[in-house]
Amino acid sequence: MTMTEDPTTPGYKWVGTRPIRPDGLDKVTGKARFGADLILPNMVEAAVLRSRHAHARILSIDTAAALEMPGVQAIITGDDFPPTDDMAPGDAHQAVKVMARDKVLFEGHPVAAVAATSRAEAQAAAKAIVVTYEQLPHVLTVDEAMADGAPILHDDLITANVDPAPETASNIASRAFFERGDLDEGFAAADAILERSYTTKPVHQGYIEPHAAVADSGQNGRANLWVSSQGHFDMRTMTAKVLGMSASKIKATPAEIGGGFGGKTTIYLEPLAVLLSRKANRPVRVVMDRDEVFMATGPTSGSSMKIKMGIKNDGTITACDLWMAFEAGAFPGSPVGAASMTALACYDVDNFRIEGFDVVVNKPKVAAYRAPGAPISAFAVESMIDELARAIDMDPIELRLANAAKEGVQAPYGPVFPRIGFIETLEAIRDSDHYRSPVPEGQGRGLASGFWFNIGGNSVATVNVHADGNVSVITGSPDIGGSRSSMALFAAEEFGIDVERVQPHIADTDTIGDTDVTGGSRVTLATGKVVVEACRKIVTDLCRRAAKTWDCEIEDVEWVQGHAQHVSGTESPLSLADLAANAGRTGGPISATHAENVRGAGAGFSTQLVDLAVDEETGQTSIVRYTTAQDAGKAIHPSYVEGQMQGGVVQGIGWALNEEYIHRADGTLDNPSFLDYRIPVASDLPMIDTIVVEVPNPNHPYGVRGVGEVGIVPPMAAIANAIDRATDCRMEHLPMSPVALLEAINERNAD
Amino acid sequence: MRNWYMDYLAPTSVEEAVGALAAQPDARVFAGATDLIPQIRAGRPEPGLLIDLKRIDRCTTVTKTDTGWVVGAATPTSRLTEDPDFSSTLPGLSEAAGLIGSDQIQNRSSLGGNLCNASPAADSVPAMLVNEVRAVVAGGNGTRTLPVGDITTGPGKTSLADDEFIVEFEIDAPPPNTGDAYLRMIPRTEMDIAVVGAGAQITLDADGNCAAARIALGAVAPTALRVADAEAALVGNPINDDTLAAVAAAASAACNPIDDKRGTIAYRKQVAGVLAKRAVKLAADRAAGTNANGAH
Repeated sequence: MTMTEDPTTPGYKWVGTRPIRPDGLDKVTGKARFGADLILPNMVEAAVLRSRHAHARILSIDTAAALEMPGVQAIITGDDFPPTDDMAPGDAHQAVKVMARDKVLFEGHPVAAVAATSRAEAQAAAKAIVVTYEQLPHVLTVDEAMADGAPILHDDLITANVDPAPETASNIASRAFFERGDLDEGFAAADAILERSYTTKPVHQGYIEPHAAVADSGQNGRANLWVSSQGHFDMRTMTAKVLGMSASKIKATPAEIGGGFGGKTTIYLEPLAVLLSRKANRPVRVVMDRDEVFMATGPTSGSSMKIKMGIKNDGTITACDLWMAFEAGAFPGSPVGAASMTALACYDVDNFRIEGFDVVVNKPKVAAYRAPGAPISAFAVESMIDELARAIDMDPIELRLANAAKEGVQAPYGPVFPRIGFIETLEAIRDSDHYRSPVPEGQGRGLASGFWFNIGGNSVATVNVHADGNVSVITGSPDIGGSRSSMALFAAEEFGIDVERVQPHIADTDTIGDTDVTGGSRVTLATGKVVVEACRKIVTDLCRRAAKTWDCEIEDVEWVQGHAQHVSGTESPLSLADLAANAGRTGGPISATHAENVRGAGAGFSTQLVDLAVDEETGQTSIVRYTTAQDAGKAIHPSYVEGQMQGGVVQGIGWALNEEYIHRADGTLDNPSFLDYRIPVASDLPMIDTIVVEVPNPNHPYGVRGVGEVGIVPPMAAIANAIDRATDCRMEHLPMSPVALLEAINERNAD
Repeated sequence: MRNWYMDYLAPTSVEEAVGALAAQPDARVFAGATDLIPQIRAGRPEPGLLIDLKRIDRCTTVTKTDTGWVVGAATPTSRLTEDPDFSSTLPGLSEAAGLIGSDQIQNRSSLGGNLCNASPAADSVPAMLVNEVRAVVAGGNGTRTLPVGDITTGPGKTSLADDEFIVEFEIDAPPPNTGDAYLRMIPRTEMDIAVVGAGAQITLDADGNCAAARIALGAVAPTALRVADAEAALVGNPINDDTLAAVAAAASAACNPIDDKRGTIAYRKQVAGVLAKRAVKLAADRAAGTNANGAH
């Protein structure tokens, strides 16, 4: 079962190998249970009535006729939710997001939900609910939302982090600001200065599995919740907050997840299912259709950016002035802060000012999307750096090497970098066959880099050794990217046993301790660390048991290749299975738990190179060759590291070329389907070549940094840079669709 | 009052289907239902009766005749694209049929459905127009045969009476020294709907000049259309940059497109010319025997 095409890392037998994932067979044979697959006895189905208006006041909701419809069990509206007056602003926004109260703020905003004995009946009854609206003017872009006299979404929204605080409400929720040095001096020292403006559109995470939830509320104030999410603990806690419950009154059980990319870290359907179940006194299942996913769940921000950058002829970046405004959707919380922090993190720049604004608009509230914010600011910064490289006629890798962040450099957002691997990713691309081969005739070659923090956070692992000597590893981290395999590999390495003897398991909120979401590229780092620590506790315990068996000191026992050995060699080694079989006589069941708020995440860097061809008569771009180099720290399961690297690139290619939310003038979404929201299909793509760079993270027992996110940061700029070099058209707006690119080519030809 | 559910009927003869269609005003025939089901799911009114044509032998039979083929209107398009004789003789039509949806969809989708769904962007229609395919239509008043170009009258609209449906298509084998082609522009490489489509059938004379030309465009007007001016620019002339430029200009001029999420008016006009030119070139190469297997 184990493929071993990779040489094993010296000292490691399992870490760095590529066994088939424990959940793989169930997933490819259809046996795995995803969010919508659960069926409970007496379960009923739900439908959500959603606003068709982008912005309107709800004057009345009449459910009388709908309640009389066949099969209807319960109907809920905003009136069924606890008031938001005493909630923290973020919780209140979350509560109003999942069910509108006095206003609807985006098309798709839930207004009511129905539970009925069939989905068709629930949908029919939802249609029979009569809602009267007073339509209000809407704003769809940051420019509209920030204009004088713009319609205001929230009349209590005062811009945060502005001194003095504004006296009146606006659509600007907050301001992020970072600066260092002296901009004027920096620009005065420059040999070349460029100024550009860029825009990007909202793009959706595009996970294949729509949101789904099943709830079974008891009359004792408790509820069971089954969720397809990136973190069932957070889903439980958020649901409890908007329903005014104690979090521990809800037991949330994770289903398999069919993609998340950050978008399944927040609640939509879960509180509706719990309330409907309580009111109907039946288990309730609610599943979104694809158009609901697009209309009502988080894309990431559309944006508007202005950047001015100066450079010396020797390649030193002397100054950067970056202004950004991000769409948050209907409630505050765009990733403009992270975009500001990451924008210049690849570089050591003495003089900069970065200002970002979080702006509400009448669109769905944005949700996290793979390195939230970083790809957007990187599109501006990395496009600008390529233009500067052309302006001073310098190789884009040499320019980046000349300014590269490294150990000891202070990051723009404050901390001083420990050992990081940015330079190694640049060198890996510079030394690659791809970069060393000439650009094929008629093609353009583009390069860009990216940074993402990666995080640690709260994780818990319980490891049990069964009587047969096999091992269960229980965590609370939903497996999106193959983390079960990594957890099994850690345990196999620690115990010195075959990885097939390790069974990873993801437990519900009552069975394992509070665990943060699978996000921020944290699971292999943080949950991996607690698995390792729990295994080490058991190894210590096993040595103690062997010492007891041999009636010797524990210091005389060592753990070698799955066996307890007496240092003298006088005793026959005891295998894990031997010790497990005798556990009852050496202290009882063998089990250990480790819980930790894991610190010391290692920053991730990626450098990417793309060759592409543009059909100058149609504006169509074909990606011909793509190489991505990324610092993983240590690749525990290289296939899933490569998969994360490739997946990030592919999502970035979609973002670059075709993906966008297209809104009609009336504020409704014109493309809520995978037909007209164009994620790449397999035939759009070459094989994405990967170079896994391994600069170990000194804070992790195996050197892990985290790999899930940074891969999506460089592609948009890399592709824009390649298009510029292929066509002499500098694309400053995403997506660079055939229509947009042909327009640019026509303008170039007219000049 | 109509039933809240849809009825389903799978007749085994044309007469039975015509009878059922005539008896119920909100009945609809279907073959693969690859358009119908998504439309119903998207909220279009449900038909009271769905009539499945796939059990009528004539509707799913492909017959080679002395002059060409008779293709049942409900025949899965994969039967055409996987038929080496059909595909090598009519590569443009076969390739157009092979662009509809995914491989899985093509085991259900049909020429009859693609035509009668009456989308301006239907891929098989320009290819059928340049091959001057005829539709055999059955109805309460018997059977009639009419050109494919007379079926669609606008987006979602056909000239068929309520009790009529297309039983089969008559497709002529091309004359000697003739090639056909169909090309489309989509922002991706598959699984998409044409922003612009262009079909061409070109016959060359002994000198390599154009003896006959048929050129059609899709997705640039309420229905797919033949472009007489582009055809006229070619007949009697060599296929060269000048005549191809004239084809492109005539094709762009013939467009009457809309601005929508898939493309702008300006884009569609410009690219219609580009694709018409390229389709003519490919069809002419095939006529000359230099590119019989197509090019993408």
